[in-house]
Amino acid sequence: MRKTLSVIAMVVIAVACGSEQAERPDRLRLMAHDSFAGSVNEETFAAFTGDTGIEVEMIAAGDAGSMVNQAALSAGNPLADVLFGVDDTFLSRAIEEEIFVEHRSPLLDSLEPGLAPASELVTPISFGDVCLNYDKGWFEETGTEVPTDLDQLRDPAYAGVLTVEHPATSSPGLAFLLATIDQYGEEGWSGFWSDLKSGGVNIAPDWDTAYYGDFVPYGGESSLVVSYASSPPAEVIFASEPVDEAPTGVIEAGCYRQVEYAGVLAGTEYPEAAGELIDFMLSVEFQETIPLTWFVFPANQEAELPPEFVEHTVVPADPARLDSAIIAENRDRWIDEWVALMEG
Amino acid sequence: MRPIRWGRVLVAAVPAVFIGYFFLYPVGRILALGLSELGVGSDGVEARLFRIGWFTLWQAALSTILTLLAAAPMTWAVSQYEFRGRKLATALVTVPFVLPTVVVGSAFVALGWRDSIGAILAAHVFFNVAVVVRTVGALWSRLDPNLHDAGRVLGAGEWKVFRTVTLPLLRPAIAAAAAIVFLFTFTSFGVVLILGGFRYATLEVEIYRQAVTLFDLPLAAALAVVQLVGVTSALYAYSRYQERHTTTWTLRSEAERLRPTGRGGILVGASVLGTLLVLAIPVARLVTRSLQPGSYRALFRDDPVVGVPMASTGNSLLYATIAALIAVSIGVMASAVITGRRGRLSRWFDLTLMLPLGTSAVTIGFGFIVALDRPVDLRASFWLVPIAHALVAVPFVVRTMVPTLRSIPAETREAARVLGASPLRVWREIDLPIVSRAALVGSGFAFVVSLGEFGATSFVARPNTATLPVMIFRLLTRPGAGSFAMAMALAVILAALTAVIVLWIDRAQFGEIGAF
Amino acid sequence: MLGVDGLDVHLGGKHILRDVSLTVADGDTVAVLGPSGSGKSTLLRAIAGLVPVASGSITWDGKDVTTVPTHLRGFGLMFQGYALFPHMDVAGNVGFGLRMAGATPREVATVVGSALEWVGLSGFGDRSIADLSGGEKQRVALARTLAPEPKFVMLDEPLGALDRSLRERLLVETRAILRDRGVTALVVTHDRDEASALSHRLALMRDGTIVQSGTLEEILSRPADDWVETFLG
Repeated sequence: MRKTLSVIAMVVIAVACGSEQAERPDRLRLMAHDSFAGSVNEETFAAFTGDTGIEVEMIAAGDAGSMVNQAALSAGNPLADVLFGVDDTFLSRAIEEEIFVEHRSPLLDSLEPGLAPASELVTPISFGDVCLNYDKGWFEETGTEVPTDLDQLRDPAYAGVLTVEHPATSSPGLAFLLATIDQYGEEGWSGFWSDLKSGGVNIAPDWDTAYYGDFVPYGGESSLVVSYASSPPAEVIFASEPVDEAPTGVIEAGCYRQVEYAGVLAGTEYPEAAGELIDFMLSVEFQETIPLTWFVFPANQEAELPPEFVEHTVVPADPARLDSAIIAENRDRWIDEWVALMEG
Repeated sequence: MRPIRWGRVLVAAVPAVFIGYFFLYPVGRILALGLSELGVGSDGVEARLFRIGWFTLWQAALSTILTLLAAAPMTWAVSQYEFRGRKLATALVTVPFVLPTVVVGSAFVALGWRDSIGAILAAHVFFNVAVVVRTVGALWSRLDPNLHDAGRVLGAGEWKVFRTVTLPLLRPAIAAAAAIVFLFTFTSFGVVLILGGFRYATLEVEIYRQAVTLFDLPLAAALAVVQLVGVTSALYAYSRYQERHTTTWTLRSEAERLRPTGRGGILVGASVLGTLLVLAIPVARLVTRSLQPGSYRALFRDDPVVGVPMASTGNSLLYATIAALIAVSIGVMASAVITGRRGRLSRWFDLTLMLPLGTSAVTIGFGFIVALDRPVDLRASFWLVPIAHALVAVPFVVRTMVPTLRSIPAETREAARVLGASPLRVWREIDLPIVSRAALVGSGFAFVVSLGEFGATSFVARPNTATLPVMIFRLLTRPGAGSFAMAMALAVILAALTAVIVLWIDRAQFGEIGAF
Repeated sequence: MLGVDGLDVHLGGKHILRDVSLTVADGDTVAVLGPSGSGKSTLLRAIAGLVPVASGSITWDGKDVTTVPTHLRGFGLMFQGYALFPHMDVAGNVGFGLRMAGATPREVATVVGSALEWVGLSGFGDRSIADLSGGEKQRVALARTLAPEPKFVMLDEPLGALDRSLRERLLVETRAILRDRGVTALVVTHDRDEASALSHRLALMRDGTIVQSGTLEEILSRPADDWVETFLG
């Protein structure tokens, strides 16, 4: 009898240990949009694999909107374990469709002020600032002063050399629109845009056309363009010939902060391990690699920025930001009104 | 008789299952999902949708007509005459077809063509000239010259002969090319978005806006249905037309082309060089923009962000090979079914196979996500990409094989039957070898379509192996003169690769087929 | 022996063959003679099984073969336009029937060689079809039809497209080949001289039906009607 009992006990213990071990995966799938996924190489998550023995497999999912939609469509039977790259404009949708499960990272206290999320369903990992970029050469040659405030853009001298992207089809375009809404409020923003329109503002369908088509350094006629705070450092790092100074600069006024979140996908087999991956992504070690691979800024304030970022751009102290719920509620209406105003 | 019937069933079943599981089922599921939540629309929406639908329709029709006209001189020259560099010219004309829209858009923008209907139409013609030259050219070069000569002898001038003798005989191929170009331009996304300015939107652009940016799946689904209805109607009209205008005539060996002399020679030269020069302008712009110091060498270096850009070439070639193999297998079987029996069933089958060309990429992509998780979870798998490519490539294979299959004289098949060949054997011994060349042309198309494909696969989750277009896109979405030059350089490499591959396929002789 | 009894064939809504009956004895050649449009080619195709039969029967040595599929009938048919396979060379064409019957490549090569000899085209094996002259094509077509040694052979206007001197020469050769190999044959033609050169027994066909049959002398001495008399000159 005793022997049987002890055998049973051993079997039970073995099964219990075994099932615990079954919860440790060999690999985790991380889904991100193309720009992020494309920048991942073997070293990116090497430290994580070294610590935990878990490989990280990247799944690329189109652009940010497409990615969130795919996650929403596959809620319950997710395409990956962790999703990264949701920003404020899509956050409401993500929460509504219940694609995430909660995870509270121990590193939340190290976040940059103002970045803490309202919900435990997501963890901020990075942020990018959509800012006006200006071409230094043009401003020097023409002797024009670089604008320091959005109001100055109402002047045709500036509006005429400004290119913005269409908010319906471009993420930075939408961000800039939101920045103006944040600054001028519901009553004032259409007035601002009317002035831009009469000043001759140029509208491009997407960032590529705006930056590589209309921006002065690339043969275009606009010396002001809506781009990212990380663009000038990129110009230095990816120049064809080495340069000391960035050819472009960032204007702090009118910047809009987009925070990028990661979350554990609901339905994953390994929520704990997924949480560990997110914690790793918030660790200083990983965060310091972010600027040079993804060209956004680390959310962890203890992470140091690389010298190129320190030298060639600014991190605005008080950028515009709108609450994701408010964005979700009003975005359609805002875009429609903008289109009617600018197309009419 | 029974064993033969089972063979027939199997040959029909494979393409049917392919299109059913990988297209009809996912599209059906995603549309059902969207439409199930469809509510009452607001007033302004309907008017706007009508405007968008109308614009989509007429710009596609106009693009198609312009493409046919623009491609005519080149098609005439390369199918009727033999001259040095003919094969090269035919290969070069295929290059624009494969270039990613992003890249071409950038080139057009740099040339100042943007924000206008003219730019959209010009870009459409630029991309699609190859379809006409290859599809119509393949048939035109096989027409019996005696027919043309008989017309001349009977008193018709050159132009009259063309109109009354040649053109009617070319109708099946012209209709096929027109159908494909129409489908492409009807669902045009990148071109309209980048070159149209924000004033012009096609159904495809609107579907993207609604589905991806504004999360209005019901409206997007409704739009997708409208788009599908439009596409299906066009395809139906096309297939009715084909049924009524198919004739059997004798094919001749392609080697019998004339060398151009005198006035004909000047016309040939002007047609070929003129067309190539016009097509070369945007490509030349690409080249000049890629010529920054070290940009080509940088493609082989390990970029800190995207890895070794050139590695994407290997991925593209792999995907394209798999996609072409799938497309040719499915396409051959489908062509057998379509030409094996006339009647409604084969007509609808033909039509269904062409639907992926006219379906919104967003619809297909999201449909995959919703539908392909059982029995095997293909959703983020490696195979999804070549399958998606094959869906779009099968129509090309079929379109090049069916006219050739239909024009084999009945007697040739009958002779084989009398000599003891069972129906399956007749197909293997007679149809298959004769259409091998057409199959080769079709598979060349399939390969090239896969190389440049960027649409549907942007809306599915896939492993992180970048293809050439994806790599170009990644390089283009970050600032830096170096990045931009590298993107342009990679595009130039894509263009060159296409030209080389097409040239190689055209040159390849497969046994006796070369003589035929 | 081939038997055709009361054959009725409808095609495209038209009654092409009406109640056609004839027999061809073993080793014999029968010529079906008639103007264009009389249904001669359709008759051959019906016997071969290429067109469906509305009523009537086709028998070989007493066995009904009306429902046997074409590729299993074992009949030979030489088409009016020759219908040579353009993507195969001469040897490929001539050897086709043998391959279908499962002969080994060596057997095929041997028989192809002999067949080409019969028609006087030795050494033409690797020629491309496109390079052949009219007379050569006719002979390749004949060789292709005869190579598998079918029990019964049909020839549709075998010499129709050739010039006169060639015709006369080939007429003699074809007749010799048919006789030497003891082939049971049915020849269809609109040319009286060709008919009488290739066979003793004629069947006159008009508007889809056999009007009279017999040897040329028999018919001439007692023509069934004026049309027969005029047609035979």
